[in-house]
Amino acid sequence: MDTTKSFWLPEKASTFADAVDFGFNLYYWISVFFFVLIVFLMAWFVVRYIRRRPDQLASAQITHNTLLETTWTAIPLLIVMGLFVLGMKGYWNMRVAPSNAMQIDVTGRKWAWSFDYPKEGISNDTLVVPVHQPIRLRMTSVDVIHSFFIPAFRTKADVIPGRYHSLWFEATKTGVFQVFCTQYCGTNHSYMWTAVKVVTAEEYAAWLEAASDPSKGKTPEEFGEILYSKKGCVACHSVDGSVGIGPTWKGIWGTEVPLEGGGEAIVNEAYAKQSMMEPASQVVKGFQPIMPPFQGVLSDKEVDALTAYIRSLK
Amino acid sequence: MTAHAENINYLKTTRGLKSWLTTVDHKRIGLMYLASILVFFITGGLYAMLFRLELWSPEKNFLTPDQYNNFFTLHGVIMVFLVVVPGIPGALGNFVLPLQIGAKDLAFPKLNLTSLYLYWIGAALAIISLFAGHADSGWTFYAPYSLSKNPAVLWMLTAAFILGFSSILTGLNFIVTIHKMRAPGMTWFRMPLFIWALYATAIMQVFATPVLGITLILLLVENFFHIGIFDPALGGDPILMQHFFWFYSHPAVYIIVVPGFGIASELISAFSKREIFGYKFIAYSSVAITIIGFLVWGHHMFVAGQSEVADTIFSFLTFFTAIPSAIKVFNWTTTLYKGSISLQTPMLYGLQILFNFTIGGLTGIILAILSVDIHLHDTYFVVSHFHYVAMGTTMIAFIGGVHYWWPKMTGKMFNEFWGRLASILVFIGFNTTFFVQLIMGSQGSPRRYYHYLKEFQIYHQISTTGILILATGLFMALINLLLSLRGPSNAPQNPWGARTLEWEVAETPPVLFNFKETPVVTHGPYEFATEKS
Repeated sequence: MDTTKSFWLPEKASTFADAVDFGFNLYYWISVFFFVLIVFLMAWFVVRYIRRRPDQLASAQITHNTLLETTWTAIPLLIVMGLFVLGMKGYWNMRVAPSNAMQIDVTGRKWAWSFDYPKEGISNDTLVVPVHQPIRLRMTSVDVIHSFFIPAFRTKADVIPGRYHSLWFEATKTGVFQVFCTQYCGTNHSYMWTAVKVVTAEEYAAWLEAASDPSKGKTPEEFGEILYSKKGCVACHSVDGSVGIGPTWKGIWGTEVPLEGGGEAIVNEAYAKQSMMEPASQVVKGFQPIMPPFQGVLSDKEVDALTAYIRSLK
Repeated sequence: MTAHAENINYLKTTRGLKSWLTTVDHKRIGLMYLASILVFFITGGLYAMLFRLELWSPEKNFLTPDQYNNFFTLHGVIMVFLVVVPGIPGALGNFVLPLQIGAKDLAFPKLNLTSLYLYWIGAALAIISLFAGHADSGWTFYAPYSLSKNPAVLWMLTAAFILGFSSILTGLNFIVTIHKMRAPGMTWFRMPLFIWALYATAIMQVFATPVLGITLILLLVENFFHIGIFDPALGGDPILMQHFFWFYSHPAVYIIVVPGFGIASELISAFSKREIFGYKFIAYSSVAITIIGFLVWGHHMFVAGQSEVADTIFSFLTFFTAIPSAIKVFNWTTTLYKGSISLQTPMLYGLQILFNFTIGGLTGIILAILSVDIHLHDTYFVVSHFHYVAMGTTMIAFIGGVHYWWPKMTGKMFNEFWGRLASILVFIGFNTTFFVQLIMGSQGSPRRYYHYLKEFQIYHQISTTGILILATGLFMALINLLLSLRGPSNAPQNPWGARTLEWEVAETPPVLFNFKETPVVTHGPYEFATEKS
């Protein structure tokens, strides 16, 4: 059980969390005060001044009180101006990444995330970062707007097609933390999850070493199976024969499939590659042309591995 | 029509379906709005019940993800564009406004009927959308998601476009009527606060709704002609679409809630037999909300990628909406002081507005605190805040208002016992449904999620239980009102002892032209007498 989790807020794991939670809690107690005040007065007046005879009139008609009304205009004004400054300071801190931040590229697509480490040439489906190191995420989307949200880090930002949007954080403890997509993006929006894995500097170095060649020591089929979940194919294509958003891969190899707009295609190396690079060009009949293109996303080696994997699914 | 037709009950002047469909009487038009809005309120509510039941557990129960996405979209579009935006102005505003200012009708009776027909055309297009596929864009129609040429979404966009015109024309009609048609002696500061609220709302309807119309047209154009306005693949700007959308839809939140404030003022004053405390502050606060409401749309986009400077300015301006809201809450509470408080059904709704809006308002302020909003944005916290305002304040005011003016509309008194019981169930059900969503949201549960983390299940189950209680209360209230129609015409002219014209001067139900002779106003709307001591 994580002790930083409270009734209202999830566990804390970034340098922003204390400031955000302070703002939340401060405001929470201010609202509890005003809520209790209003409800107490309302209940008290209702009980005290309840009509006892049908023809009973009010005991006084008080039309206004300038001093009172000015007071309850001024006090909330002062409170909210204080809250404005508090929120602004915290927010600017969240928006300006320190100069020593390490950059990782994030790509959102329906309905998966991928993380690219530009210096090391690594692409991964979970975000692995070292603890106590500022990280700057440079984010974009290949289809619709998504939003990248890490509750434990108290930060989020929309991920927008056609432009870069950034987000930074510094994790304060190791562990695995939930990432959600929070901008509605279609059928499997609520499955567009991943995790941030925060590790020590040594573990991070070891991970980089292993991740820079994920195919090492694996057959193409094994590597393809890893890519199947890592690249998000799993969101739409099943491998057990069940119908998903896209055709199942089980037993599809070598068959002749009918195409949208007429014609057929034989599922072979050429068709598989074409369907990954330009999915809309030859859509299997009965399915929507919604698969994002993987041109420039998958290397030749990865295409070969995925093809080998599909071929292995008898 | 007899020579004295204008002096008989408006329900009896003419008969038959045709006489209703061609009427220009604001009271009959109001009733037709009321019936239509109730139909869509039930429809939108049933969609909410279905997806809340699906959310009983994180796995699939009986809806697919696509059906779930479709249902929350339909719930949102129907409730916003067909229920809460037109609700109070269309049904209650239409019926009450001329009666409260001592006018024979609205300034443009035929235009008023046109508004109703536009509402029906918009509603028909929305119904076509239901059969044209799965509208799944959310009520916000964000690009580029809404640019996939989904026929159901296109029908919905067209429906919302048409409904916008209905709203604009109603607003225009109200503004002219309030300026030009007040009875002798009905000065601006003798107007009931409901009229001030409708006036502020009408200004927003006229100035903000055209921008919605433009946005929806641009979305349609982009869908069909691929010009590159909002679609980033064509060099368009999806953030621009959000700016356009919220330029309308933020004021729309005030179009939704300000009329509810007006009803709250009427109910709390009438059932306390108390002059409203700080009349001018409340009247001006409606106007202030109108003005500030136009300048805060960017707070919907704090995580959307607008500049940090814009975020900061929008945050600063947003805090000012808290002030008029706080004034209203304090003034309503103080109005109860030394009153003669009667807990009849409409007042139970009045007190609920005060309770719910205190939560709705307080949970709004926290969303203006930039750093905290980044965490809460697009979570259930926002869903709950919005429902405390749109349902907990506006729809509760609508239901309270329907009970309050029901005797005037129909000449019948409803059963007080069932009315009160229903309102208590509504209170318990509503708060059970939505309070836990605040906790779930601040814990990080995103909105519009079909599938969720197991740790959020308990909150979802409480919420789903709440909606069942809420639905029970709402149906009980509806059946109670409908059953009264079969009873005797027993409503006295002024059953609540209120001081406004529609109760003091107009008959129950009113005659065709509202008043047998033009009323002369000699006192304010809330001038109640005091107990002799």
